Amino acid sequence: MILHLKQLTMKKTIDILLKQLRTAFAIIIISSIMISCGVKDSDLQAAIDQKIQTTPEMTGVSAAVKDGVVTLSGECKDDACKALTENTVKGMKGVKSVINNATVAPPPPAPAPVTINADDALVKGVADATKDFKDVKATVNDGVITLTGEIKRADLKTLMQSLHTLKPKKIDNQLVIK
Amino acid sequence: MALQEKYKQLIDVATSSGVTNLQVREQDNVLYIDGEAPNGEAKDQLWNIYNTIDPDYRAGDLVMNINVAGIAPGSQLKVATKSSNLNIRKGPGTDQPIVGKAAKDEVVTLLSKTNDQWWLIRNANGEEGYVYTQYLAK
Repeated sequence: MILHLKQLTMKKTIDILLKQLRTAFAIIIISSIMISCGVKDSDLQAAIDQKIQTTPEMTGVSAAVKDGVVTLSGECKDDACKALTENTVKGMKGVKSVINNATVAPPPPAPAPVTINADDALVKGVADATKDFKDVKATVNDGVITLTGEIKRADLKTLMQSLHTLKPKKIDNQLVIK
Repeated sequence: MALQEKYKQLIDVATSSGVTNLQVREQDNVLYIDGEAPNGEAKDQLWNIYNTIDPDYRAGDLVMNINVAGIAPGSQLKVATKSSNLNIRKGPGTDQPIVGKAAKDEVVTLLSKTNDQWWLIRNANGEEGYVYTQYLAK
């Protein structure tokens, strides 16, 4: 009889313990769900996509979200755009961290320097171009064609078009236009 | 960059009118615009805009080397002198002897392009020689 009573008490104690354990588990599970689902990945993805689409500087970048970690990829036009995208995404609600794999576009190649013809070639070209304009005098010095004398306004464009194809450094037009 | 602002309209029209191989470069305070216009009208339009921005081409801050594209050997070209005959010369230069003449509006055949100034042509009489390209039109 005494033994039976002892057994009963133990069973009760175990029951209570189990109940408490169950409650604790439930709390842990519920709270962990609440934390991780503060912002769903899909919602975050949509928000980031919209941000990228509406920010011209971020054109070319794309984002992938997994468990609140955002991975950026694609090509930015410069370093500033890469940093801007990263910082903007970091500041968005629900983002745990950002892995910035976006690359920066190489700068466009520098244009080839302008070809300037040597003075002897220019002198010959200028002689040909001015042959039909008797009142025009032209000199060439270090690539610069200097025009003096007189010309009719109607002939000016014809002469200029011709001189501009000679690849001079510049044309200094001091002509008196009649 | 300042010069590209000054001649912005010119650059914009060059782009929109279909100038190919267009190059716009600024070097030592001179703007260089190079390219090939689709036809003579497009080239003329650019020269008119140039004259509007810089009347009588006085500023000396632009060198615009625009040729007309698509003129290949075999093309028929018209002599576009004001009234006189066009000299056909033995070599590319006004110092070269005259070997023939082509009348205004006469059609000649392009044989080869020596440079931007002188092209080798054949006239209706079969005379071959070099003429100044300024006086040839498509």
